Amino acid sequence: MIPELGHYALILALGVALVQGTMPIVGARSNDRLLMSMAVPAALAQFALIAIAFLALTECYVTSDFSVFNVYENSNTTMPLIYRLTSVWGNHEGSMMLWVSILVFFGALVAIFGGNLPMALKANALGVQAWIAAAFELFILTTSNPFLRIANPPFEGRDLNPILQDPGLAFHPPMLYLGYVGFSITFSFAIAALLEGRIDAAWARWVRPWVLVAWMCLTLGIAGGSYWSYYELGWGGFWFWDPVENASLMPWLAGTALLHSAVVMEKREALKVWTVLLAILAFSLSLMGTFLVRSGVLTSVHAFATDPSRGVFILGILIVFIGGALSLYAWRAPLLKQGGLFAPISREGALVFNNLFLVTACATVLIGTLYPLALDALTKEKISVGPPFFDATFGPLFIPLMIAMPFGPLMGWKRGDLVGAAQRLLAAAMLAAVAMAAAFAVERGGPVLAPFGIGIAVFVMAGAVTDIVERTMVLRLPLRAAASRAIGLPRSAWGTAFAHFGIGVTLLGIVSVTAWGSEHLAEIKRGGSIDIAKYRVTFDGILNRNGSNYQDLVGHFTVHRGTELIGTMEPSRRTFPDRGMATTEAALMSRGVSQLYLSIGDPNKDGSLPVRLYFKPYVLLIWLGALFMFFGGALSLSDRRLRVGAPRPAKARPVKPALQPAE
Amino acid sequence: MTRKQRRLVLIGSAVGVLAVAVALMLNAFRGSIAFFASPTDVVAKHIGPGTRIRLGGLVKTGSLVRADGLRIRFEVTDGKSEIPVQYDGVLPDLFREGQGVVAEGTLDRSGTFDADMILAKHDATYMPKEVVDALKRSGHWKDEYEQRASLPNTGANK
Repeated sequence: MIPELGHYALILALGVALVQGTMPIVGARSNDRLLMSMAVPAALAQFALIAIAFLALTECYVTSDFSVFNVYENSNTTMPLIYRLTSVWGNHEGSMMLWVSILVFFGALVAIFGGNLPMALKANALGVQAWIAAAFELFILTTSNPFLRIANPPFEGRDLNPILQDPGLAFHPPMLYLGYVGFSITFSFAIAALLEGRIDAAWARWVRPWVLVAWMCLTLGIAGGSYWSYYELGWGGFWFWDPVENASLMPWLAGTALLHSAVVMEKREALKVWTVLLAILAFSLSLMGTFLVRSGVLTSVHAFATDPSRGVFILGILIVFIGGALSLYAWRAPLLKQGGLFAPISREGALVFNNLFLVTACATVLIGTLYPLALDALTKEKISVGPPFFDATFGPLFIPLMIAMPFGPLMGWKRGDLVGAAQRLLAAAMLAAVAMAAAFAVERGGPVLAPFGIGIAVFVMAGAVTDIVERTMVLRLPLRAAASRAIGLPRSAWGTAFAHFGIGVTLLGIVSVTAWGSEHLAEIKRGGSIDIAKYRVTFDGILNRNGSNYQDLVGHFTVHRGTELIGTMEPSRRTFPDRGMATTEAALMSRGVSQLYLSIGDPNKDGSLPVRLYFKPYVLLIWLGALFMFFGGALSLSDRRLRVGAPRPAKARPVKPALQPAE
Repeated sequence: MTRKQRRLVLIGSAVGVLAVAVALMLNAFRGSIAFFASPTDVVAKHIGPGTRIRLGGLVKTGSLVRADGLRIRFEVTDGKSEIPVQYDGVLPDLFREGQGVVAEGTLDRSGTFDADMILAKHDATYMPKEVVDALKRSGHWKDEYEQRASLPNTGANK
């Protein structure tokens, strides 16, 4: 009964989506307020129906209803409740349900909080949103129905893929989807603007919170996925340039560019056409990510099932939406009026620089990801494009971006003062030079480029601090006055500083782990020990432990620093009898922001144990930086001018007197 | 500056960045790409020592030997030809004899494949696509690989 209810709600939702996709758009064209006003209730109804469908599926998982094929395939009564809940989206069908649920959730948010949007813009945007929803609902209903029943229900399910039985599953996919799907809102707004043939600074103000939300979630989603693969796959790597990772990185790069170009558009009415294009691209790349991951064209942990009809269907969606959007763009974009002028050396110029490099970097990732697929399709030649390719292209493109980053916020709008900005960044640059020298001095056998990476990271971090120091004038004014200036700063300025600081933090982590991380592979006998960095890891023995639906073969290790015992580590081999699979459960020990990482293989007959031991210096900074970025985004989101949709009162922009003489 | 000049600066720098990116990519494509080859391909195409490839096939049953230390030897087969592989390190969780594997590395002069990366399946019902295609080409693809994924004796219906 419950599955049928869910199925039925899903079909109804498709019907509502078709109405929502046509009537409001027709209304907007003919200026019919009645038709346009259908958008809001339709979006809410759509959300209610999809929520029913999603809850129905969740209910099937919670009660372990194995008459539902999807539940049988991916769940098991012995799994803890949290994994039965998360396995709702730990499979193809359920993950598409999650995708659509988030999509209509965002649609409902636009409907609820879009009270101050112009009626036609709202109607068009919700209409476009409905088309996306309809396409994916049709996809689920025809090729990936999660509510299919089995005629003779089995007693026990097949269990979830063990790699997915992890708290990471509760967090990573929903966050990533919030990001992917969040860009659908900006996409819909961009298409709505093109349909109307009109766009202004207010548009950017409406769109920017959505870009921010999507960007924040995507940042956390990517970082979460990276940490998950770091500890779960047992290789100790945080980023593999796997096509699936690239699929999430590309929308992030385009989204970051969009975030910045939307600022220019909002403040200066410039870059309108470009911003619209970026909004289309960011969501197109999200769609492409979904296609790459879900269609089975790629071999990866994310390819749940390979069914050609699904791939073809998503490819169809891809072609219709991306092709349609770009055609509409080519046709309508010339109607959008060009905006304000600016000199190449200016805040706008710096943001264009940012966009140029981000988009180019995104393009190299795109080519590196798609080239093997294209080559396979055209010549049947199979190649793999691995980390060396991306290191050699992405890296050099990001270096100028990083160096330029601290300059941007210090430049004035319209016409900036490069020399002045450089003078103000002198302290940051000196700090970076000191860090670089220190890195050179302590380096033992790492790559020559590593100290430069450290220097750039420190420059980015110090540059972000400089921005705040300059704005609050904390070094020139009495503390009280500086504090009141700090409070008076727009929150988005703090947000910028935090997010930029976070980039520096992440970079610092990446450079130090890559350059100075150490790895030790060994076969170790009971009582034997390995020395790594300043630590001694001793193998005490093996024990067995039973979990709810798995057995653990646990290696027990103690860690000493000098003579002091600092803790134990218990990596394990976890066997899941229902799937006949084993996973490596690495043991992590954090020392400050550095980590010891230990994973074991199957024991040999003579009782020795193959182990991998890593020392990862400053590794936690990689993900800590992402938290800074998220926090910065949240601060920006709480900025007054974004909460209040009304045009900003003509207040003086943050002044930097004395230092910037009027030219 | 006039609007036209500013636009020129903008377009000029965009073209410049793109040119640099293309140069970087072409350079990287030369040095860092690994072609996929089945054992039969290695024999037929006379792939020489030192060329970086991805070798894919099934781990030959009974060929897995653990030498001293962490050295592991096994043979990759596609039913027609076999290539001996050696690898230092801990094998991935799902590495099994008789199942699909992809090894990345180079051939040494004796014809042994020196792998520096081993990829096995992520899931008990799943096999790398390259391996599936290679097995199909060599005629050693068995439908049971696919059927393993489906249900024992229950039919799915609405």
